[in-house]
Amino acid sequence: MIEWLKGGLILAGTFFMFVAALGVLRLPDLLTRMHATTKAATLGAALIMLAVALHFAQAVVVARAFGVIIFIMITAPVAAHVIGRAGYFVGAQLWSGTVKDELKPNYNPDTHQLESRLAPGDDDPTGSPRHRDSG
Amino acid sequence: MSIVILLSLAVMALALCLAFVRLFRGPSLPDRVVALELFSSILVGFIGVIAIATDVPSLLDVSIVMALMAFMATIGFARFLERGGQRDD
Repeated sequence: MIEWLKGGLILAGTFFMFVAALGVLRLPDLLTRMHATTKAATLGAALIMLAVALHFAQAVVVARAFGVIIFIMITAPVAAHVIGRAGYFVGAQLWSGTVKDELKPNYNPDTHQLESRLAPGDDDPTGSPRHRDSG
Repeated sequence: MSIVILLSLAVMALALCLAFVRLFRGPSLPDRVVALELFSSILVGFIGVIAIATDVPSLLDVSIVMALMAFMATIGFARFLERGGQRDD
């Protein structure tokens, strides 16, 4: 029973990692590539660490395996956020099929801060205040 | 069990090759950093599978260090980019 569970976890983790690698190769854009790597690779590593915890079944190893899982799950979103922000500011090309870039008219590329700059003809009928300096 | 381990190692090696293609081709530096991060995630899984195959639980420490170093490298590259690295390489 444990053997089957272990094998299934290893194969599922491997599958998700392969999907992540395929995504980072095939997707057209920095942000979509990050969408593939951060989620699928994190899930794959977590599944394989669960298999490690099942295989050894000692308190020390299980604690360490869960430590790896928690560490990856904490650091992967932070790293994705930081590198996505850096890529946006450096000027990575968005995919030509991108529908909307809501950050583009609203931030100042020099100071890296948000600004409420209304586009011409885009007056706000509700008069709701926009955030300033919340970048 | 050994066939599962062999299969998963082979597929993960293939995944490493695909990530390396992106690392080699990547049009900009952030793409390469994303590929490096994927490298480290796959290596964490690789080391876990090898720990299962060889029954050596100490290898988990290696995967912890691998994840930590990948996080640090990503943060460092991001700081470097925001402080004015190469725009288009």
